[in-house]
Amino acid sequence: MPRPVDANDVASDVVIELREVVATLGQFPALSGATMQVDRGDIVLLRGSNGAGKTTLLRLCAGLLPVARGTASVLGHDLVTERDLVRPHVGLLGHQNGLYSDLTVAENVRFWAATVGASSDEVDAAMERMGVAGRLAGVAVAKLSAGQKRRTALAALVARRAQLWLLDEPHAGLDQLGREELDSTLRQAAASGATILVASHELDRAESLATRTIDVIAGQTHDAGESK
Amino acid sequence: MSALKVAWLIAKKDLQVERRSRIITNQVVPFAGVTMVIFGFALDANTDVLALVAPGLVWLATMFSLLLLVQRTFSVEADDGALDAMRVAGVDARAIFLGKAFGLVIQLLALEVLLLFAAVVLYGETIRLSGAVLLVTTMISATCGLAAVGTLYGGLAAGSKGRETLLPLLTLPAVAPVLIGATRAVESALGTGAAELSDGWQWVSLLTVFAVAFGVGGALAFGPLIDE
Repeated sequence: MPRPVDANDVASDVVIELREVVATLGQFPALSGATMQVDRGDIVLLRGSNGAGKTTLLRLCAGLLPVARGTASVLGHDLVTERDLVRPHVGLLGHQNGLYSDLTVAENVRFWAATVGASSDEVDAAMERMGVAGRLAGVAVAKLSAGQKRRTALAALVARRAQLWLLDEPHAGLDQLGREELDSTLRQAAASGATILVASHELDRAESLATRTIDVIAGQTHDAGESK
Repeated sequence: MSALKVAWLIAKKDLQVERRSRIITNQVVPFAGVTMVIFGFALDANTDVLALVAPGLVWLATMFSLLLLVQRTFSVEADDGALDAMRVAGVDARAIFLGKAFGLVIQLLALEVLLLFAAVVLYGETIRLSGAVLLVTTMISATCGLAAVGTLYGGLAAGSKGRETLLPLLTLPAVAPVLIGATRAVESALGTGAAELSDGWQWVSLLTVFAVAFGVGGALAFGPLIDE
């Protein structure tokens, strides 16, 4: 059985390993033989048309969908037998941020951090790293811009020690400045050891961010190689 | 982190959200107050009749308010996908259930005190000191049952179409035993219609069994329900 990945363990650099994975949504085969490997610190773009299986792939890696056939491991945990062990180490951000609009930025980040027993130092460091410390920390989430909400959600991911970030259309709803801030944040996170999978339709922006690209076509994956 | 600690975090967060949003003080409490006044109109403001049926009216107003509180507590989670985010983050479903139920218990108890006060002022009900222990015990056990049922069906309805109409349809029949038991026990505590104090404790036993059954059953069933 693969052993869990330790953040300081240089020998265990493979974060996601899928071999001929089949997953279904009801009767519909959403993934039909997905194979890929993602290493620590990678920023991988999942490219594909609507309904190709990008979101399904992200949800499978988050431990939210069962593997019907094939072998899959995430952060050293088998996705068939240890899905519940994967979830606490993974952050999945879709079109929503998972924030409470009546609470402040700091209260939101503190809440998510507390669910894994993170210390207040870790909360402060996460907010600092995502640029939501200082004046913004005391502002209610309802009053933030879309970009600031995104960064708050990412700060919550960092504070709850997520090692694998699964982002579905992360640039949606952000203005130019917000997109640049987000890209910069993601590059910093990857440089600090986070592994990031991005499903996006905004190919120019996402390709410039990603270190590798994987095409998702009709539920199958095709490695398109390293990005420029 | 233990499930009970996470449950406490969730309850604290819910109470913090409600304190900040003031939805309860500005909407739910006035709604409950108006309900009590309308009951008075419906019964021709006859204080003899009103004093006789006051315990039942207090619990009816509590149940209607419960529906609003449950809708509110799950809309806070659904607005920005926080409930999904908790599941993705691997937060124990039993902790989510217990945390949300405990938050509801605190809110309902505060509301019930106000409704009892309204019954004294509007209906001429009297509260006798000898029944105080029975009254408080009844309120706690009945409220735990209401909160458990509300949280269970609130979670079930949260992901459904037409959840606003589905919730009362599911909840009201299920809490009928609480309405009957709590009304009889409060009648005994207040001495309404010459009810004996000792009779009330049998009803408290029923309310306690109900609360434990729905509390334990709800905690176990909540994970599969919200995952669906």
